[in-house]
Amino acid sequence: MTDSPRAKDGRAPDVFRAGGWIPMRCHRDQDEVDFVIVGTGAGGGTLACKLAEAGFSVVALDAGHFWRPLEDFASDELHQQKLYWRSERITGGDDPVTLGSNNSGRSVGGSTVHFTMVSLRISPDRLKSRSRLGYALDWPIEPEEMWRYYAEVEDALKISGPVHYPWGPPRGRYPYRPHEVNAAGLVLARGCEKMGVAWAATPLATVSAPRGRAHPCVYRGFCAIGCSTNAKQSALVTWIPRAIAAGAEIRDLAMVGRIEIGRDGMATGVLYHREGEWRRQRARNVVVAGYAIETPRLLLNSACPMFPNGLANSSGIVGKYFMPQSNHAVWGTMEEEIRWYKGPPCMAICEHWNYTHAGKDFPGGYCFLSQGPLPMEWSHSVAGSRGLWGMELRQEMAKYNHYAGLKIVGEVLPQEKNRVELADEEDELGLRIPRVIFGYGEEDKKLYGHAIRFMRDCLDAAGGKDIWPEEDTAHLLGGCRMGTEPANSVTNADGRSWDIANLWICDGSLFPTSAGVNPSLTIQALACRIGDRIAAMASRGELSHPARAFA
Amino acid sequence: MSGEFQSRFPGYNVLDKWDSPSWNEQTRRVIKDRLENVPERRFFSEQEWTTLHAICARLIPQPDRADAPVPIVPFIDKKLHNNEGDGYRFETMPPMREAWQRGIAAVDAECRVRHGTAFAELPDNLKDATLRAIQHGDVRSETWRDLPAKKFFEIMLRQIVSIYYAHPAAWTEIGFGGPASPRGYVRLGFDRRDPWEASEAHD
Repeated sequence: MTDSPRAKDGRAPDVFRAGGWIPMRCHRDQDEVDFVIVGTGAGGGTLACKLAEAGFSVVALDAGHFWRPLEDFASDELHQQKLYWRSERITGGDDPVTLGSNNSGRSVGGSTVHFTMVSLRISPDRLKSRSRLGYALDWPIEPEEMWRYYAEVEDALKISGPVHYPWGPPRGRYPYRPHEVNAAGLVLARGCEKMGVAWAATPLATVSAPRGRAHPCVYRGFCAIGCSTNAKQSALVTWIPRAIAAGAEIRDLAMVGRIEIGRDGMATGVLYHREGEWRRQRARNVVVAGYAIETPRLLLNSACPMFPNGLANSSGIVGKYFMPQSNHAVWGTMEEEIRWYKGPPCMAICEHWNYTHAGKDFPGGYCFLSQGPLPMEWSHSVAGSRGLWGMELRQEMAKYNHYAGLKIVGEVLPQEKNRVELADEEDELGLRIPRVIFGYGEEDKKLYGHAIRFMRDCLDAAGGKDIWPEEDTAHLLGGCRMGTEPANSVTNADGRSWDIANLWICDGSLFPTSAGVNPSLTIQALACRIGDRIAAMASRGELSHPARAFA
Repeated sequence: MSGEFQSRFPGYNVLDKWDSPSWNEQTRRVIKDRLENVPERRFFSEQEWTTLHAICARLIPQPDRADAPVPIVPFIDKKLHNNEGDGYRFETMPPMREAWQRGIAAVDAECRVRHGTAFAELPDNLKDATLRAIQHGDVRSETWRDLPAKKFFEIMLRQIVSIYYAHPAAWTEIGFGGPASPRGYVRLGFDRRDPWEASEAHD
């Protein structure tokens, strides 16, 4: 592993060629660029591309490495932990969230480098859950507009999906054909057919046919620890190369510690740590795209005399309404050999309970997906959740090839008490570390209770034996929610902070509700929309005015 | 909890694929290092090292590899020596290094309260009973007062199994295909197996 930056001196790694380079436009720190973006994942990487292609000068900073997957990614769970955000964070509350692995990322490309590629749209009704379904709150964007941006992202990533998607309003054809569903997915299919609900091949961001210099997915099954063949359409191999080609500069191993504010109360740039020293990048606009923990952390850590409670925080809700998604599972053994290590982990999906309301005693929605954990991750379930050890553990683990499972991505409702705040401890750079406080609400518990009952029946109907449930969480959302009122949101629908006109947020922390689908497609759709909105505002000369004038 | 381990995959060894298209150069480098460079003791005291070895021998017993068990404690020692965290710490727990040192000492202290001797000196059945009590938070020693026993056990077990199931010997015993790049898999359906996958024994 290299510990010095790769993207500098006019070039960046070519992700498609071992040892390769591509030219990259570089800026000096004292140059005032149009946009400095903090984070290069689903939010920041996508926005860097959109803004650079719109002609803005862009510098995007990431705390992690700039990998070349073909030479840097091993087929090994332990080694690939290098993709996770492993700096210290404190986790507490009634239901402390396990952090640092699946729900974190520290690489150029962010957590899309190790996501399971599940690419789902939030249903129109869930985007308007208050006015249409009577719970939580509405997103400040019209569903029809979000769905247009979903189509843009699906095309940009060449999503491989089914010809007919069984739920929701009609959508266009997925760009690439669906993948052959593996045995783990066929278990879900069999169970759903017995239960009388629809299932589908999961729309996945891994190509089912050649694309450019990426060959089709070879079903090696290590997706959740990084794709070494580039079939996975992560931000690292899609938006980032596009951004660089359009003139954006990406700086790897650059940890931003503070957003700086001028006398006029506007952001002037960021202070960041790279190659052993603190440096300052000046910018006309600052975008924070550090995901649901690092984004509020940076805003809070940037407190200054003019904004003593942190930036963009006049409402006092920066860090609040933080939402993991519930990620509960059922596991059982099958008569057949399943060998769930082959292929993407989640090849089949059921979104029935995102679109059906009858028979539910809770307002939220969830989907469930087939599973394919690698051995180390699986041992965490068998030892950690089930509490097995000794020879009993080894014998249970030896059933690995016969196991199948179903796991939800469940909606967790927003609660003010669930939050990201600053702890008193500091990290090695002297920055206060975050503390994450979380506890499920009653509606959340009813949701995952329902999900476990339904999935248990489903797996049983599919032939599963010795079924047992597991509690888990995935995907971290909220903390800087967007809205229509400065009093109860941090930004407007464009991710523009109410308090500081040239400070923007573009990541999952904007989500007002978590919804019951994997969030990466939505984050990228939001980023595409924010990019278009910024370009439109710039062309009208509205970028330097406060946000509320255009809310 | 004891007895012999019964392999479902006789004759299979994931390392046999070392020179095949299933293993790329970076994977060979990583696994070679894991197999050949077992870390020396640098963090734990001799006492902690001994106790933790004895704990690992119960949590992951390896009677089938008496001569060459998969090493676990040396990798925990290395992680603690380098202070490589996992990205989170429970609010109720002290920092990682302190948690391990106090936790291991508390296991010994618990054994002294219950049986008047350190963990490593106990017969296997009492070792297991003590570990199970700690797992369920049913503890008597004062040393657990500021260290939640259940949580410590959970963190310790998770770490131990992470290291064990990151070893090729563990991949072999569960019939996992192991490293797979650049060659992945072709046959994905029920009861389908590529020629380079483990063949399961049927009675």
